[in-house]
Amino acid sequence: MARQATDPIFGRLDWSVTPFDDFLAAPSIDEAVASAAAAAVPLGALAVIAVLTWKGLWGALWRDWLTTADHKRIGIMYIVLAGVMMLRAVAEGFVMRAHQVTALDGGVLSSEHFAQLFSTHGTIMIFFVATPLVTGLMNFAVPLQIGARDVAFPVLNQVSLALTASGAGLVMISLVIGQFGTGGWTMYPPYTSATFSPGPGVDYWVWAIGISGIGSTLAGLNIAVTIYKNRAPGMRFLRMPMFTWTALCTSIMMIYAFPALTVATAMMALDRTLGFHFFTNDLGGNMMQYANIFWMFGHPEVYIVVLPAYGVFSEVSSTFSAKRLYGYNSLVIATMAIAVISFTVWLHHFFTMGQGARVNAAFGIATMIIAVPTGVKVYDWMATMFRGRVRLSVPIIYLVGFFFLFVFGGLTGVVLANPTIDYQIHNSQFLVGHFHNVLIPGVIFGVLAGIHYWFPKAFGFRLHERTARVGACLWFAGFVFAFLPLYWLGLMGMPRRSATYDNPAFEPVMWVTAGGAAIVVAALGVTVWNFYASTRDRAALACPVGDPWDGRSLEWSVPAPPPAYNFYALPQVKSLDPWTIEKAEGAPYQPADAYEDIEMPRPTSLGVVIGGAAFAMGFAVTWWVWWLAGVSLAVIAGAVIARAFVQDTTRTIPAREVEAAHQKVLQQARQIRAVDRDDEIAPANLGHAAPEVPA
Amino acid sequence: MTDARAEMRRYAIGAILSAVLTLAAFWVVLADGVARGTALWIVGAAGVAQIAVQLRCFLHIGSASKREDLHLILFSALLAGLMIGGTIWIMTSLHGRMH
Repeated sequence: MARQATDPIFGRLDWSVTPFDDFLAAPSIDEAVASAAAAAVPLGALAVIAVLTWKGLWGALWRDWLTTADHKRIGIMYIVLAGVMMLRAVAEGFVMRAHQVTALDGGVLSSEHFAQLFSTHGTIMIFFVATPLVTGLMNFAVPLQIGARDVAFPVLNQVSLALTASGAGLVMISLVIGQFGTGGWTMYPPYTSATFSPGPGVDYWVWAIGISGIGSTLAGLNIAVTIYKNRAPGMRFLRMPMFTWTALCTSIMMIYAFPALTVATAMMALDRTLGFHFFTNDLGGNMMQYANIFWMFGHPEVYIVVLPAYGVFSEVSSTFSAKRLYGYNSLVIATMAIAVISFTVWLHHFFTMGQGARVNAAFGIATMIIAVPTGVKVYDWMATMFRGRVRLSVPIIYLVGFFFLFVFGGLTGVVLANPTIDYQIHNSQFLVGHFHNVLIPGVIFGVLAGIHYWFPKAFGFRLHERTARVGACLWFAGFVFAFLPLYWLGLMGMPRRSATYDNPAFEPVMWVTAGGAAIVVAALGVTVWNFYASTRDRAALACPVGDPWDGRSLEWSVPAPPPAYNFYALPQVKSLDPWTIEKAEGAPYQPADAYEDIEMPRPTSLGVVIGGAAFAMGFAVTWWVWWLAGVSLAVIAGAVIARAFVQDTTRTIPAREVEAAHQKVLQQARQIRAVDRDDEIAPANLGHAAPEVPA
Repeated sequence: MTDARAEMRRYAIGAILSAVLTLAAFWVVLADGVARGTALWIVGAAGVAQIAVQLRCFLHIGSASKREDLHLILFSALLAGLMIGGTIWIMTSLHGRMH
């Protein structure tokens, strides 16, 4: 591959890479939107730096968060990272909807800009919102649910987060320096090959996804090993909470699915950077193989992100109905079935690629079969709520919204699973309607339910219930108006990813969807505002005893926030829902028979070093700055080797100290009045639950 | 011989065998005179052999392994079978219709 000569120091970087000079040269709404977005990144970073300096928080940030190996804090950082990325991706969705209102025979944005918007929107939502959200929830909740002190590999956990964050950083910096790819979130060649997309955009995607994908593989390994090896005494597999079951299946799927993505991006990087011919049109390449490998990852990924949401719904349906989960064993079997079947359906993403009808039929049937275990789950959750004492708390509102919307989205998926129908409506807005209809009510509603459920556990105070209910209803309404009209548009023949359209009948529908998008923005705003408002009023919302919802699993038996080592003494598990049983037997909050010295991992800067170097390497290869790529790679290898020589990796907390801390907590629990469920959202709920009988 | 030395030896053997098998795969492709079909079979065999070497020398899979290891290997085999078998089926079908 012939390549023009580049600067040895700066590669192909020069002063024309930002969107600002294009705006100055030829001002337009299109360039103004690009420049404003580009300006938001450095301004946002400056604002964060200013606040941290003003409040003097740098030391705390470094000591307590960036270098920590505590699974709870790493989980929270995953969710914060996903939240920041979500703000950008939702804003992009709104900009696209606003553009489409004007897009009859034209539109305010250039088609190039629109293509970048849907590419980054999809890439961010899948890889930097959905994936880190569920990874964060699993990181936070799983060790607490199984009675473990931390994950199996705490430092590896930190490295996984750092790799995900450096991928997110690459996507963010592409707003300011250069442009992002325009090939959609899947970046199919040959359009994204070096021949047809020579710029840095596709390289940004390749390295952001390649780096963060390795982080996700490692995170999956970590969580799976934690569940296999670190369960508390007596916690047999069939005594694990349902969320832990879904986390186990998801993490196993991550181990097997993400390497396919790593392979696809690595082959693409070799094609683009070193002139290989895996996916080119000539010299023996085959671009169809890319679609095949990519979706071997891509379809399991859908279930990777939705299974933990199913886990959350299992937890909240039982907790907020004060009933044990209906059909526990059937839910376990359904989860396992989904985990395996999801590896047999990937071809339904490319029915129209040109393979024979038999192949299509086989994968179409497999796709219809995978809807069955999900149906089982929906019935189980409804049966759990049936004749329970249901409180319409925020997580239940999300669950009920999920019942209506997700079932509808799932059914359109069964429609699309039929190859003959898929030939008609693939690549149309119908498809866009379908996957938003499963991902938003499935993953986002599930994760939001989980965040509202576990927030008091993580921080020691509840979120404002009323505001959060308004937010939940806005999410529901916004979704309905923004996405359900897309089914009609698709059936009427509007293609997906089109920057413009020529059918005037579409225009009024575009106003409806833009209105829906505005409601979604409002819902996100209310949700974010509630974090601020609840933090401000945390004294009135405090629940230090740690059991504000009359919880059933082990995480509710420890105070909120939990100590760094989670449990003062490892619990002995005798049944499913151990905490409910303990409360029903009338003797919760008892001192342990004996306390032991606890060994916990020391903080380390390994994650920051590897994450920073991985970011620099991705950026360097994207811009052909070869010296920097070499240096970064050497730093990563050096950091891993240097870590192997560190001897003193743990600190010991003496048993006496643990016992004193436990006594203090138990005394507090005894002094605080237990409240029943009528006072659940009253200030009197300090996290000491009067148990609902019988269990 | 101490345990640590035996372990070290096992890793060294694994590393050398893996390197040899990798180089062999490159060699059959780069060398003149090896028929295309033969070369593909040798590359495949070297790949499978390397999986065995790494399971044995690096992951310590052997007759004394636990039940969990067997689960892991069987599940990996299932998924690898699905992915590889599926790919061969799909791409062969596609190839047959591309003329």
